[in-house]
Amino acid sequence: MSHRCPVCDYEYREEDGAPREGFPAGTPWAEVPDDWPCPDCGVREKVDFEEVR
Amino acid sequence: MRPLTAENAQPPANENAKLPAAENDKLPDTAVAGGGIGRDGPAGVAWTDRKKYLWLLGLAIPLAPLVAWGLVTATGWGGFWYLGPFLFGVVNPLLDLLLGKDSSNPPESVLSWLEEQRYYRWCTYAYLPLQYAGLVLACWMWSRGDVALWEKVGLMLTMGVVGGIAINTAHELGHKKDVLERRLSKVALAQTAYGHFYIEHNRGHHVRVATPEDPASARLGESFYRFLPRTVWGSLRSAWRLEKARLARSGKGPWTVRNDVLNAWALTVALYASLIAAFGIGIVPFLVVQAVIGFSALEVVNYLEHYGLLRERTPAGRYERCAPRHSWNSNSIASNIMLYHLQRHSDHHANPTRRFQALRHFDEAPELPSGYATLARLATVPPLWRLVMDKRVIAHYGGDASRANIQPGKHARYGVTPPAASGETPA
Repeated sequence: MSHRCPVCDYEYREEDGAPREGFPAGTPWAEVPDDWPCPDCGVREKVDFEEVR
Repeated sequence: MRPLTAENAQPPANENAKLPAAENDKLPDTAVAGGGIGRDGPAGVAWTDRKKYLWLLGLAIPLAPLVAWGLVTATGWGGFWYLGPFLFGVVNPLLDLLLGKDSSNPPESVLSWLEEQRYYRWCTYAYLPLQYAGLVLACWMWSRGDVALWEKVGLMLTMGVVGGIAINTAHELGHKKDVLERRLSKVALAQTAYGHFYIEHNRGHHVRVATPEDPASARLGESFYRFLPRTVWGSLRSAWRLEKARLARSGKGPWTVRNDVLNAWALTVALYASLIAAFGIGIVPFLVVQAVIGFSALEVVNYLEHYGLLRERTPAGRYERCAPRHSWNSNSIASNIMLYHLQRHSDHHANPTRRFQALRHFDEAPELPSGYATLARLATVPPLWRLVMDKRVIAHYGGDASRANIQPGKHARYGVTPPAASGETPA
């Protein structure tokens, strides 16, 4: 499952995680804090990300 | 084409990257089968970028120390060392007045194509070798006994301007997803020891813009001289906290080369150490003062970009999404060329990763009375700044100053009752 930033199309895939951000590969989306902003554009936070299938 | 509004400035998911098919129908699609299209426009669309070659004029600033050297050598008059402040402080504001405004936007359907044109990237990359050639020249001149102090001061001011505009170049590069451009961003910041800007601007300022919590968003009634220490210290502290928190999620402490604040500062340490080794300890005052001039030039631009503007809170207590109404814009063509469209600031905050050549003007975004170069001069004289800008902030909020981001302690000046429950207390 993956989630996409509504502004810049950055995509968080659970299988890849975001190691630089401190979320190793396999980190479930549910474990990412709600106030984590998009690492590429910083415009909106996790709660605004959209689910992608 | 359809009017640009707040709604399509903040498209629902994917307009930024993909082209709505309907848009293509509205364009004069001449010669779709590959004939007769100029090199300055995409295939199938009769559009040329009239600013394409103007972007090279931005390189006039990093060329200034080198050109000044040539002029001083040719004429023997040391006044040419002041070329940098003359270009940015006099020529640029005059050109803003003389050349007027340009509010034209590229058609929506060419934005992706335009962003992919590598030529525009080279316009920004080219800043860096010129910037550092000028810095080496300046250190050499500063170390020489046969250059008068008043001439050295001129060169120091010129290098300060080069360093300040280099932060703007670093700003363009640092917002990109490309690893090379992010690295070049840190290199451009090394001259002014402002490497933490790369972190704070992208992860701090863009998240909290136009809120009282953002050290880089100026408040109504806050003078530039009050703003300057708040933004310099607040941004540094925030950058450190952001990196510390990021590394803590991986179970690491902040004292590591992976800390982007530390590794960016390390570039400055290496740069300054090499220059001191080559030109002697006597250049230390030059290095310190040109850095302060450089980051102050950046901060005066920060000051005017969001002066007094405030994002409202949603019923859930979050700040509303940053919209075009939360940044001050200008379409003055001279400053826009000099600053890589930085003045199309509303589109930049709506779409921070968008490349400079594709930034658009929005009719509903608040417009400054002149370009950033002119307003930056005005900001250094607070009574004049207030005279010009306070009424514009209040008019932007339909006469209701209570909706602005007001400096704590200054509410009475605007006839507003201070919010009792505010976490902010006057200093």
